[in-house]
Formats: sequence, C-alpha cells, structure tokens
Amino acid sequence: MIVTLLGLACFALLVVSLAPRLVGLSPLPDRIRNVSLFAIMALLITIVGLIQSWNVALALLNLCLISSIMALGVNIQWGYAGLLNVGIMGFAALGGVAAVLISADPVADAWAAGALGIFVSFILAVVTVMATVYAYRNMAPSMARNLALFAIIVIGLIAIRYFYGPAKDAIEDVNPASEGYLGGLGLPIILAWPVGGVLAGLAAWVIGKTALGLRSDYLAIATLGIAEIIVAIIKHEDWLTRGVKNVSGLPRPVPYEIDLQQSQWFVDIATRLGQDPALSSSVFVKLCYAVLFTVVLLAVLWLSERALNSPWGRMMRAIRDNEVSANAMGKDVVARHLQVFVLGSIVVGIAGAMLTTLDGQLTPGAYQPLRYTFLIWVMVILGGSGNNWGAVLGGFVVWFFWIQAEPIGSWLMQTLTAGMAEDNALRVHLLNSTAHMRLMTMGIILLLVLRFSPRGLIPEK
Amino acid sequence: MELLNAFILLSNFVLVPAIAYGSQLALGALGVTVIYGILRFSNFAHGDTMAFGAMVTILFTWWFQSMGISIHPLPTALLALPFGILFCIGFVLATDRVIYRFYRRQKAAPVIFLIASMGVMFVTNGIVRFIIGPNDQQFADGERFIIKARTFKKMTGLAEGLSFKVSQGITVVTAILVVIALFWFLNRTRTGKSMRAYSDNEDLALLSGINPDKVVMVAWIIAATLATIAGTLYGLDKSFKPFTYLQLLLPIFAAAIVGGLGSPIGAIAGGFVIAFSEIMVTYAYKKFIAYLVPESWEPDTLVQLLSTDYKFAVSFMILLLVLLFRPTGIFAGKSV
Repeated sequence: MIVTLLGLACFALLVVSLAPRLVGLSPLPDRIRNVSLFAIMALLITIVGLIQSWNVALALLNLCLISSIMALGVNIQWGYAGLLNVGIMGFAALGGVAAVLISADPVADAWAAGALGIFVSFILAVVTVMATVYAYRNMAPSMARNLALFAIIVIGLIAIRYFYGPAKDAIEDVNPASEGYLGGLGLPIILAWPVGGVLAGLAAWVIGKTALGLRSDYLAIATLGIAEIIVAIIKHEDWLTRGVKNVSGLPRPVPYEIDLQQSQWFVDIATRLGQDPALSSSVFVKLCYAVLFTVVLLAVLWLSERALNSPWGRMMRAIRDNEVSANAMGKDVVARHLQVFVLGSIVVGIAGAMLTTLDGQLTPGAYQPLRYTFLIWVMVILGGSGNNWGAVLGGFVVWFFWIQAEPIGSWLMQTLTAGMAEDNALRVHLLNSTAHMRLMTMGIILLLVLRFSPRGLIPEK
Repeated sequence: MELLNAFILLSNFVLVPAIAYGSQLALGALGVTVIYGILRFSNFAHGDTMAFGAMVTILFTWWFQSMGISIHPLPTALLALPFGILFCIGFVLATDRVIYRFYRRQKAAPVIFLIASMGVMFVTNGIVRFIIGPNDQQFADGERFIIKARTFKKMTGLAEGLSFKVSQGITVVTAILVVIALFWFLNRTRTGKSMRAYSDNEDLALLSGINPDKVVMVAWIIAATLATIAGTLYGLDKSFKPFTYLQLLLPIFAAAIVGGLGSPIGAIAGGFVIAFSEIMVTYAYKKFIAYLVPESWEPDTLVQLLSTDYKFAVSFMILLLVLLFRPTGIFAGKSV
C-alpha cells in the first residue's frame, strides 16, 4: 500500500520536474511547477501521516525542516559562489557542541577540579600560536627561524600538555558514570542555535583564510579535513562533550510529554478531540518543534532570498560565473568568497544545533560523513543549485526518501527474491544488505541529476 | 648498548610502521596525482576505489583458500591481487565511460568532475558494503613475521626486540617495484611520454597528435592498479573495513598536495612525510628517553605530543601549512 503510493508520488515528482525536458516538450510554467512540487511533497508527508502515523509523519517533517536549513547553508556557498564545502558534518557537529555548552547543567565539582587548568592551557595555546606567527613574520627566512619556530611549537605543546593533562583527568574523574565533563552554562537551549552558528562561522573563517584563493579543490579537501578533526575532538575530548559516552537529557525548548499528560487542560482538549492523551502529547510536542523549525527556516529563507536579489547577490553570482572579469571590475574575489563561506557555515551550524536540540542528546559517534555531508550535497544538487526554494525542496525530498528508502528497499528485495527458497544464501544476503542500498540510491540520484538535469528540480532563475 | 636499545625501540614502533604506512599512502597518492595530472580533478572516489579493488582481491583470496591454493609463506592475497586489479580496472573504466566521459566532452569545470566523483564514491561505497558488508574482514594468511621480536632479542641479546611483519615487508617491496615500473613507464615508453606531455600542456599535446582518449584510459588503468595494490596492502597490514578507506582519503589527499598535485615524485615524498609525521607525533617517547638519559631524569609522563586519536589531525595540520606557505607542494606541482 504505502509502497504503491510512494511510487506514484515519485512518478508525479518526475513528471512535473524532469519529464517534459527529457521527452522534449516545453516545461511547465515555473510557478505552477514549483507550487505543484511543494504540493506533492506535502501530500507525501500527509500520506505517511494517514497510513503510518502522525507521529512518524511529524518526526519526518521536523528532520526535513532541519535538512532544508542545512541545504540552504550549503546552497549559499555552492549556489551563490561556487564554493565546494565537503565538511558540512563538522559545522553541524559544532552546532551540536554549542547545544551542550549552552544548555547542559554545569558540573560544579568538575569546574572546581579542572577548569583552571583547561583555561591556562587554552591561554598557552593562544600564546603559542601568536608567538609562532610573530617569529615567522619578524625573523628573516633562515635556518635559525625554522629552529626557532620548531622550538616554540614543541615548548608550547609540552607546556600545554603539562597543564591540560592533569586538568583533563581531574574533570573526567568527577562522577564519570553520569558526568565527567565540565557541563554547560545551563541556559535555554534556543540560545545555542545562534551560538552554534557563531562556532561554525569561526571554524569556517580559519579554513577559508587558508584555503580560499587557491584551487577550488583545495577548499574541498581542507573542509573534508576540518570536519574529520572536529568530529575527532568531540569524540575524544571527554571533558568537553563526554565523548562517545554521549551527553543526553539536554533541556528542551518545548514542553515534555509527561507534563502535558498530567496537565488538565491538555487532557481535556485531547478527550474533546477524541484522541488518546498519551499519543496526542507526543504529536503536540513534535508540532511545537515543527513550528520553531519552520520559523527559523522561513527567517533563513527570507534573508537568503533578500541577499540573493540584492546587489550583493548579483555580485556573488558575477564572481561565480567569471572570477577573472569580476576581479577586473574591482571586486575582491577572495574576501567575498570568505564572507559567503562563513555565512553559509553559520547557517549549517544553526541547523546542527537545532538537530541536537531535537534529539535531546549529543551523540558524537553518529556524525558520519555520508549522512551529514554527502546527503546534504545530494539535496542541494537535486533541489537546484543557486535557488533557495530548490534547496528547501531538495532537503524535503531527499530526507523523505532517505527515510522511506528502507521500507521501499526491503519491499523491493522481498519481491525480487520471492521466487527463491526461504534459506537461500543469496536471498538472505540480499535481504540483510538492503540498508546499504540507500547509499547507492543516493549516489545514483546525484549522478543522474548532475547528468540529465544539472539545474535541479527548481532551477536558478 | 643503551643507545642501541633506544634505536631499536624507535625502529620497531616508528621507523618500520611508518615506512610501511608511507608506502601505502604513497601508492594511494600516486593514483590521485595521476588522475589529477591527466583529468585535472581531485578524485574523491579514490578511497572507495581502493576498497573496491581490495574487496575483489579478498573475494578471490577466499576462493583460492577454499580450493587450497596457497603460496606459503606468502599470503594468498598476492596471488589474488592480479584478479582484483583486473576487476578494478574494469570497474573504473566503466565509471569513466558512463560518467566522466560526458563531462569531458562538455569541457565541464573541474568542480563538476569533483561532484560527479562524490556520486561515484557513494555508489562504490554502496556496492562494497552491499557485497562484502560493512564489517572487518580477515584475509591475511601465510607466515606472519619475517623477524619476531623475541627471535631478534635472542639473536642480538638486546633488551628491545625488533619485529618485522611479512605484510610490512611485502608492502615495501611491492611499493618499490610498482614505483620503478611506473617511472619506467612514464619516462621510457611512448604512451608514458605522451601522458606526461598531456599533463604538462593539453593543447600542445593534442596538436602534436596525442590521442586524448587513450591517455585518459591509461590514466584510469594506472589509477585503478595503484588503488587496488594500495588498498590490498593496507588491508593486509591493518585490516579491511570499508569505512577506513573513506577515512584514508584525507591523508592521501594531504600526501598528494604536500608533494605537489600532479607530480608523481611528490606523491611518494608526500606519502612518507605524512606517514612519518603522523606516527612520530603520536608516538609516546617515554621509554625511548628513558634509555638515553640517566635514571633520575626519566620522565613520568608518556612524552606524547598528540594522542593517537588525532592522527588525522596531523595530516591536516601539514596540509594547512603547505597550503599557507607553499601551495604548489614540495615538488611544485600544479596549483591555482
């Protein structure tokens, strides 16, 4: 049932967006096509709500919203300026870190035990970097300078470790089963969203400073690297994020189900609507999230559209389409690239913080490049690079099928292997590996769109 | 004696592993650099191509093992390697025919190639996981050690042992042979020379009648061969797990860029630079220092600059330094 409906919906998506171009007919007028694409998407989520359950549909919707925001961030970088960010995972993870640092309860014992040592080693790190830069700038290039730089770095590292090691151990020894980290500031988690954006923006600035202005590939490789390192840090620095032990139970910006079920007004409304209070409480919570996320999405979308249609946006596109001539016109290409790269990363960071908020926990082990970086890329390319609405639609479509591919895949495998014996080795293997089909499907979608419809579902105007 | 012990200790834990790891990285970086030199894009699918080649090799190894074919004391994987290479070449040429050729005809920007290679990476990754699964696979057999630490201790009477694994020996020997063959091919044969000409100046090469399709095909064949060898050697030395090959992408790119993208010599040098720094920075020098200084000076910490969890950070830092100060790499490959 669900598979048939989903299949029909896929078909409708294809017909509306790609088919006219493939068979050579004139495409539908833009507005009609765009509206019908979003309508099909809304219909799909409604179908899931009706057939599976509203809980599932809303959970899906929330992640679709977050994915759309991330895709918007990447679209700012790739669509506006042609910058290739392959480290989306890292920026999203920084958003997650912000959620912990802002909202988790501070662990007083840990602060007493090691905060000073961590602070001192942080200061030492800053001093080391500054000394290195100073020596590099003010000494003539010579063997002596190289030795001096080497000495500064080694001494700096030893000094940092001298303070950092004991402080780290002390913090991690504080009640390791449930704490063992500094904790956060205990502030409302909504504050973490902009802070996540700021953290991601800072990281992007460092990367952009080094890798922009060189070949486009270098930025891709540098971002790939920073993402790996950021995730390595949050996985292994237990004093900061508890590492793979996860920080769970982050406070919520919305009510808890249990409180709703115990408050009279909510139970009254639920019974009046003829719903089970327990079930409707979780639907209500998800709706609250959906409203919050929609507000952020609309805000980011509005700002992006304004930016894209402003003189600034025209300049960015001019730079993207021809760097040399834009440079000749007196535009500072590298500085504008840096600007747009930081802006896009901020949006990704915000989305990352929202994701951790929705999960209610930070699970560093869950940050996988295929899921957090390359999937977002498929969203942007499929949606339509350079078009904000396209990025939003791409976020919805790709996330929807990423989730629903599992039931579709296992149904497909069941059907394909129906003729084989129950214990046929090939059949068992195929059924067990349907999960990996998702990756392949996403890769194939990316390649097909890039080849046959490189401008995506909603092309740039 | 103490000095000798210290040296053996360092060889055992730094020198030998770094040489083996460096050879694997160098082979991987050579593949990246060849594709970069000819097709002018950074191939993000290279890590997964390595995984694909290694996977086919593993499947053949298992098949040979089940038939009782072996070349004891060497691992059976060496026997299966040619088959892995053949399949990998076939696979890579198929991706070129189906995907990259279209963009080449269109003269698409390198960035488009790069995104296409991300798509290929997805698909290859999916295929590998689909066929062999996401878990660790064991396929090493034959003798495990050339020299065992204990035998070495007995032989020399030193306190420290030096162990030398067969996989490490094979890695180094194979890498040397492959590199010699590659350089002979590039410098001595007609096809190799035309490839270097194409890489230096595409238009000029085309004018002088070099067939671009042939050059591109040979580049893919070389890349696939190198990828399979590198992937199999890495799998023999450590273990085969599809995900680790994705993670190898960063050190491999770092090696290629450090050496200078497009420069084969640079790729080799870069591989060793990355491998040595990664292992030296994450090695705990406590015992080493203890041999060299009087007992009372012995350090009570591990004397480790960076914990092993951050070994990828090392290649990244080197990459950043190179991008900042010498974006063309040590051997001045292409940049900008």
